[in-house]
Amino acid sequence: MQKPVTLPITDQKRFHLSINKILPFLIPVIVILFWQVSSTLGWLSSSVLPSPLAVLQDGIKLTASGELPKNLSISLYRATVGLLIGGGIGFILGFINGMSNTFSLLFDSSIQMFRNIPHLALIPLIILWLGINESAKISLVAIGTMFPVYINTFHGIRSVDPDLIEMGKSYELTKRQMFFKIIFPAALPQILVGIRYALGVMWTTLIVAETISASSGIGYMANNAEDFMDMETVVLCIVVYAVLGKISDLVAKSFESLLLEWQHTGRSNA
Amino acid sequence: MNDSMISIKNVNKIYNNQTTALHDVSLDIKQGEFIALVGMSGGGKSTLLRLIAGLEKPSSGNVTINSTDSKSLMRVMFQEDRLLPWMSVLDNLSFGSKDKNTKAHALELLELVELSDYADHYPTQLSGGQKQRIALARALMTDPKILLLDEPLGALDALTRRKMQDLILDICQKQNLTTILVTHDVEEAARMADRIIVMKNSTNSYEENCPKNRNAGQIGIVADRVLGEILEENELQKQTA
Repeated sequence: MQKPVTLPITDQKRFHLSINKILPFLIPVIVILFWQVSSTLGWLSSSVLPSPLAVLQDGIKLTASGELPKNLSISLYRATVGLLIGGGIGFILGFINGMSNTFSLLFDSSIQMFRNIPHLALIPLIILWLGINESAKISLVAIGTMFPVYINTFHGIRSVDPDLIEMGKSYELTKRQMFFKIIFPAALPQILVGIRYALGVMWTTLIVAETISASSGIGYMANNAEDFMDMETVVLCIVVYAVLGKISDLVAKSFESLLLEWQHTGRSNA
Repeated sequence: MNDSMISIKNVNKIYNNQTTALHDVSLDIKQGEFIALVGMSGGGKSTLLRLIAGLEKPSSGNVTINSTDSKSLMRVMFQEDRLLPWMSVLDNLSFGSKDKNTKAHALELLELVELSDYADHYPTQLSGGQKQRIALARALMTDPKILLLDEPLGALDALTRRKMQDLILDICQKQNLTTILVTHDVEEAARMADRIIVMKNSTNSYEENCPKNRNAGQIGIVADRVLGEILEENELQKQTA
């Protein structure tokens, strides 16, 4: 009888693991330290770039006044709703076109044509149609995030290993079983790549939309600060966007490792 | 013939109206018989197996399975393990089965293929030989009466291959399965089969009945004879080309 072997984690391995956890933070920490030192020593004028400490103080002040949390939550709301609508439509279209040749012939070339229009070029049209209220910004985010999810769902479904589908047929799976047991799990890694890409597009679109036409949100806050020459808040907003981008990437990654656990398992023994 | 489990009558298979994969194949396979299909690549071995499995339809002629519930009584094991990488070993065994006692049965079969401790592992954590044993266990899940083996041992090393041959033989004999093995390896055919069928020119042109309880010498003799038949075909093809 063969038994699986679990190897003990040695001290050396443990050391490597902790080093691997620290390494990604090394460069940001060095950059921030260098930035702070340059500001303190006067190499960097505060009219060009305020010091990290000044930005942090500004952040604390705006958090205490409630301005930052208010704008942050409205931006998060727009981003999430836009992604859910756009991603949902992208997934449904990708699913329908991926599963049926007829639907793919009917829809795909039109979708590809629409996809090639830069979605930010639609801003004037959307403002004319929907004004500058919430629906305008949510629509823009939805249009931007729809295509990455669509393309990746479509290709994910189309590139499922035909051998596995044949195996499913030989086991007499129903169409429903075939989708849930074989096609969807096989396409899932590709679909998640689409969602991760869509998250990036989501923030970019929202920044532009809020900068051009809004009376709230992080983009508006940055634009407003620019009018008052408030460098600290401008930099703070940029940092907030970077942090939001990183957080959404981490969320997407943890979804991946949760749903695709099987991809991260190595051979335990020979 | 009435006592045959699988009866193939004048079967032709032509792809795209031009490539003949099978030409006028007629064959009767008895219940509990172990058949090996050998021959050169492109000789129609795998096509015949796929027709029997119902994965493809013949262009003309009939493949009849003499059983009431033909499909679930028949399982195919392919050269690639075709395990679903996102399912654990246990789920891979259970996914095609509608039975309530599925899990217990799956664990029984894992014990049979000597991999009980791997029930919760993913296929990526297993070696090639282990994966093929899981694929064999999966094929046995629905208690099939017919086992179709499409070069399942082709990618394994010699030692693992020999162990798998013994395991398959043992299971087929104990469960009295009707088995069809497609293989490139004439010695494997001579070791395992009751009857070897050589596919030539897209048809079954030569048959060799193997002696019961054969020893290594007899296996060698049968393998040589079968190989001779295949080589003769190869020479003929070279001359016509």
